[in-house]
Amino acid sequence: MLNTPVTIIQPSDGWRSLDLRELWDRRELLYFFAWRDLKVRYKQTLFGVLWAVAGPLASMVVFTFVFDKMAGLPSDGLPGPIFYLSGLVIWRYFANALSAASNSLVGNQAILTKVYFPRLIIPLSSCITGLADFLIALGVLLLLMAYYHVFPGIAMLLLPGLLLLAMAAALGSGLFFASLNVKYRDVGYILPFLLQLWMFCTIIVPYSEVAQRGGAWRFVYGLNPMGGVVEAFRWCLLRGAMTGPGNADALWMLLGTGVPVALFLLAAGLLYFKRLEKMFADIV
Amino acid sequence: MNGEAAIRVEGIGKRYRLGQTLDWGRSIRRAFGNPPADASGEIWALREVSFEVPRGTVLGIIGRNGAGKSTLLKILTRVTEPTTGRAELRGRVGSLLEVGTGFNPELTGLENIYLNGAILGMRKAEIGRKLEEIVEFSGVRAFLETPVKRYSSGMFVRLAFAVAAHLDPEILLIDEVLAVGDASFQRRCLGKMDEVAKGGRTILFVSHNMGAIRRLCPQCLWLDGGRVAAMGNTEDVIAQYFDAVNSDSPPLDPDAGRGGLRITRVAVLDAQGAPCQFFEPGDDVTIRIHYEASQRIVRPQLNLSVSGAHGLLFGANMVLDDLRPEGLEGSGVIECTFQKIPLLPQTYTLALAVYDEIGEDYVSPPIHNAASFQVQGDAGKLKYTGAMADKYVENVYTIRIPYQWRFPDGTIRTPRWAEEGHP
Repeated sequence: MLNTPVTIIQPSDGWRSLDLRELWDRRELLYFFAWRDLKVRYKQTLFGVLWAVAGPLASMVVFTFVFDKMAGLPSDGLPGPIFYLSGLVIWRYFANALSAASNSLVGNQAILTKVYFPRLIIPLSSCITGLADFLIALGVLLLLMAYYHVFPGIAMLLLPGLLLLAMAAALGSGLFFASLNVKYRDVGYILPFLLQLWMFCTIIVPYSEVAQRGGAWRFVYGLNPMGGVVEAFRWCLLRGAMTGPGNADALWMLLGTGVPVALFLLAAGLLYFKRLEKMFADIV
Repeated sequence: MNGEAAIRVEGIGKRYRLGQTLDWGRSIRRAFGNPPADASGEIWALREVSFEVPRGTVLGIIGRNGAGKSTLLKILTRVTEPTTGRAELRGRVGSLLEVGTGFNPELTGLENIYLNGAILGMRKAEIGRKLEEIVEFSGVRAFLETPVKRYSSGMFVRLAFAVAAHLDPEILLIDEVLAVGDASFQRRCLGKMDEVAKGGRTILFVSHNMGAIRRLCPQCLWLDGGRVAAMGNTEDVIAQYFDAVNSDSPPLDPDAGRGGLRITRVAVLDAQGAPCQFFEPGDDVTIRIHYEASQRIVRPQLNLSVSGAHGLLFGANMVLDDLRPEGLEGSGVIECTFQKIPLLPQTYTLALAVYDEIGEDYVSPPIHNAASFQVQGDAGKLKYTGAMADKYVENVYTIRIPYQWRFPDGTIRTPRWAEEGHP
């Protein structure tokens, strides 16, 4: 009985510590939650997983028609469909993960008030579930690229890094909104609207256009962590076909602000979550 | 290491805030983690609760609704944090606060076994190893590939309990699991708990079912108003608990005495006239009602009714019998003796009301939990001869009426208890 686990229960003042070891011990639960959400997602739908493709494709058609054909906005010399679809694929991962994480605590209320496990697992699993839809949409994007004879180069190897960055940003803001949502369900109304605006700021205008307008613009644009992710995502996949400035230096600068901002969001989200965690079961 | 405490609780307290005013300034400050100092609208669900549970003990926890029993379990399972104090638990902790937590209706039975097991803290490999046992215990093998939303509620509960029952923790915390399911399922659950308890594990068992507490728990803790009222030998603690419940009643009711009569105490007595909580089938049970009349009450009608686990059973009703005292004055006592009660083991509660002469208005409003008593007995005492009889004695039937069977071959058979005299 030497290795009997001892549980100490006492009031925590302020922040609960981020118990990574406990999180690691319960990693299987993380997997089971993600698996559950995936299994349940397209149950009792006629078209099932096609819905993961339909959303981005429909947006792509509308954006191409409105912004490319009618408004004639620049798209780094890329064909409208792949310019917009590439942005949508990575953006939608971020947006879906963020909103799923934000609703995750409230959605798992029954479990939250009955069983203990590291609460972080719930929003974290939401961010992982979104990867499935992302991979399917990415496949569609690759097909569309092949149709336009655009082929990704070796830079594609950077994709996992970009995905991690998008995940950090989504998890960070998701943790914040999820905690807030426990007490104020207003979050559920604000979020779709906020994400809509955020999307237009992120995937419509190519960074090359912003960069031409000088330092202040660059800096402000860089504060949006997804700005760098979307730009770099396009650069990785579509570099061969990009014309105009498509310039790597500007990209590194953009990521140079985007990465710290994403990490800041993650840290702030974690702190806020940890601060409120002990009250979740009482007020959800 | 034997004798070391498996659970040590020191000065645990839990404060809840009631009411939520939507004051923007306060709300925003609170949202950012700085609750404004304000003592109004607070309630202490637990206060200064301390106790120790040695390894291998099965401890029952009793108390009225709202006494803090569930809050205590929630703290020990870490679902919620205490406001004060400290607790130490040695060993893997498992809890059954509600069976079926985390079941997803869309997933199949098999999928839910894994999901629920993982939520309760089992590893995937461990669930795999116990899968056969779990499926066997649940009795839903034929429906493992069916989404649980198509299950009957009975199947659902059986499967959920089967998963939870195979958690195998060193410390098990159980809250009223037995309130769900039918009588035969409840017996299975009790049987499984018995088995776990005999395996030398530490169990905390919250229940209102005094029969189950007495059978499973040698030790008992009584919580009252968020504090430990008593702890020790189960028989002693339950006796104290019933004493308090009985002497407290009638509860302070603003209407009490409005009609001129106040019931000050209701006591349950045995055949010798001594206060008693525990009876056997066939005993006489006397209810003694102490009253104080502020004026002369002419020919009141007193109505006494007794309920068991499944509802109202019988009573003594002066209206039906047209038997009443000519008048009540000052303080005094009325007694009613139920003779040779044909009741089976269970907890019985008494309700009491007094009407005026014409039966139109209360002279003392109804008291719903005026007193209670337990009938106890095992299969042997009750002369049940079936092999499984012990598991069915409690909480299934309330009364016994002699009967005979006539089989297809014409033989007539009478149960032994009915042959040898009733009850």
